[in-house]
Amino acid sequence: MKKKNLLAIGLVFVLSLTLILSGCGNGSGSSDSSSSSKDSSSSSEALSGKITIGGSTALQPLAAQVAKEFMEKNPDVQIEVQGGGSGTGLSEAQAGNFDIGMSDVFAESKSNIDAKALKDYQVAVVGMTAAVNPKAGVKNLTKKQLQDVFTGKVKNWKDVGGKDLKITLVNRPDGSGTRATFDQFALDNKTPAEGITQDSTNTVKKIISETPGAVGYMALSYFTANDTSVTKLSIDGVEASDENVGSGKFPVWAYEHMYTKGEPSKLVKAFLDFMMSDDVQTKDVPAQGYLSVKDMKVQRDADGKQTDK
Amino acid sequence: MKIGKVVTDAAPASRNRSKLINEKGFFSRLTDRTSESRGKLLIYGSALLMIVAVTAITLFLTIQGLRSFVVDRLNFWTFITGTEWFPDRAKNPSFGAFPFIFGSMAVTFLAALIATPIAIGTALFMAEIAKKWGAKIMQPVIEILVGIPSVVYGLIGLSIVVPFMRQHFGGTGFNLITGAIVVGIMILPTVASIAADSIRAVPDSLRQASYAIGATKWQTIWRVVIPAAGSSLLTAIILGMSRAFGEALAVQMVIGNVGKIPSSILDPSATLTTIITLSMGHTTTGSLLNDALWSLGLILLLISYVFIVIIRFIGKKGEKR
Repeated sequence: MKKKNLLAIGLVFVLSLTLILSGCGNGSGSSDSSSSSKDSSSSSEALSGKITIGGSTALQPLAAQVAKEFMEKNPDVQIEVQGGGSGTGLSEAQAGNFDIGMSDVFAESKSNIDAKALKDYQVAVVGMTAAVNPKAGVKNLTKKQLQDVFTGKVKNWKDVGGKDLKITLVNRPDGSGTRATFDQFALDNKTPAEGITQDSTNTVKKIISETPGAVGYMALSYFTANDTSVTKLSIDGVEASDENVGSGKFPVWAYEHMYTKGEPSKLVKAFLDFMMSDDVQTKDVPAQGYLSVKDMKVQRDADGKQTDK
Repeated sequence: MKIGKVVTDAAPASRNRSKLINEKGFFSRLTDRTSESRGKLLIYGSALLMIVAVTAITLFLTIQGLRSFVVDRLNFWTFITGTEWFPDRAKNPSFGAFPFIFGSMAVTFLAALIATPIAIGTALFMAEIAKKWGAKIMQPVIEILVGIPSVVYGLIGLSIVVPFMRQHFGGTGFNLITGAIVVGIMILPTVASIAADSIRAVPDSLRQASYAIGATKWQTIWRVVIPAAGSSLLTAIILGMSRAFGEALAVQMVIGNVGKIPSSILDPSATLTTIITLSMGHTTTGSLLNDALWSLGLILLLISYVFIVIIRFIGKKGEKR
């Protein structure tokens, strides 16, 4: 019995090793022959090769969708989109392991990344705002009140015009791009008090909707029109809408970045051009809940200074 | 007659074989089914790989984990005992890992406290009371429970235990005891199956002797079987605890992840593993926070080594007795 088990474990181990090895090895070679007949008319000079994209999990769905479309147009190209987080995206792009590193934050904001060696492509804009449990009875807060809530100065919703209900904070992990953006533009760099910490936006939304008095923050795409499970908070009377983010009236937003190490290769450049094309920017970007960079009337530099375009 | 024949036959055969081996090249020696060196190489190779892997992981984690103290000049003592974890604060970021060490310990011990009585009860049922039924039905059920991935336990915890705690004890439902319950259920089958094995290993003569002097079944179990299985039962519990200690995913989903020492078991908390899985992806390689997370990993490894040492120690003590 035991011997058989050992043998089975050994076999599984060897099998997984060979799978991993073969997975690394074949790259673009094997899949080319079968798919070449499908679509040969799309481009005059056929692109081929492999692109590895990785990093921010917030940007991952959009990148995966665009990659799928790009591969349909260029069947000889293989694109692999991984997650890993913004930090991983920047580190691996700098090390050259990812052709494109995705990040929610400017490379300049990470101290040990040489931002000059990376080329920044701002592919989309994401707006975010505070989400409140409906029982709190709050729809609008001034920026000062919002800061008091998140820094723990105010502990009950009745002190900021809501019902008599204890405030429960829902934070994001240290280093998260969403947290960095919210801290910088909504809290003016004040450090939020300790609270429940969750990484995934869906979990955050679930917690806020189920816990009376909970407050957190998330991207605007997670507030849907008919969804009353969480209340979308306006700041200083300005509604957190795509239009207000685009016009620069609503301050809490960030770019989604794609970084390449130095100048990109021809293939990677073609993909990034496709990413910035009107086709993708007007169709896929809004469909995935982002704002197109082209709709922005304002722009921002790495220090957070906002200027008109 | 027969024996003599075998002996006389065997000698030249083995001589032939050794001659064959010497004549063959390296590759044919490995591919030949009857070859001695093939099996030897396989077994020695596996053993070596194991040792190399353990050494490499320890070395790598030590080097990475010491970076925050050597390169980034964090004070080791304040890192271990500090209670403020604000790595992102613009002014004087602080790295105090004590809340996480405390959280890990608390979850582990509470989980063991919850799991142990139930697990040993189950083990006694399987190995003492309903032996046939236990072996036929309970054993497979427990094996299935061991195989359920931790993310499933986490999901069940998030959608059942958390709302339950919120309704009955107030607060958010994300707290230390919720984490301990989820992990306790998770380690239950591990503890139960090892405990059942150790109870079965108690020699029958002891039970018969106990019945012979007129003891009831319960008296036999309580006074004879459990003390006799004692040290291996402890090993089962500590093995379960070391699994609880290393669990990240399920705990992260239900414990709330607050980097503060909880004032009661109904307060949210965080563990070493949850803070690593939550923050690691957001950090860049070589940054201060990244190094600090590696240091947490090193602490985790060292504490799980302590668990192993305890298990060895108890095992030895049991042998002596």
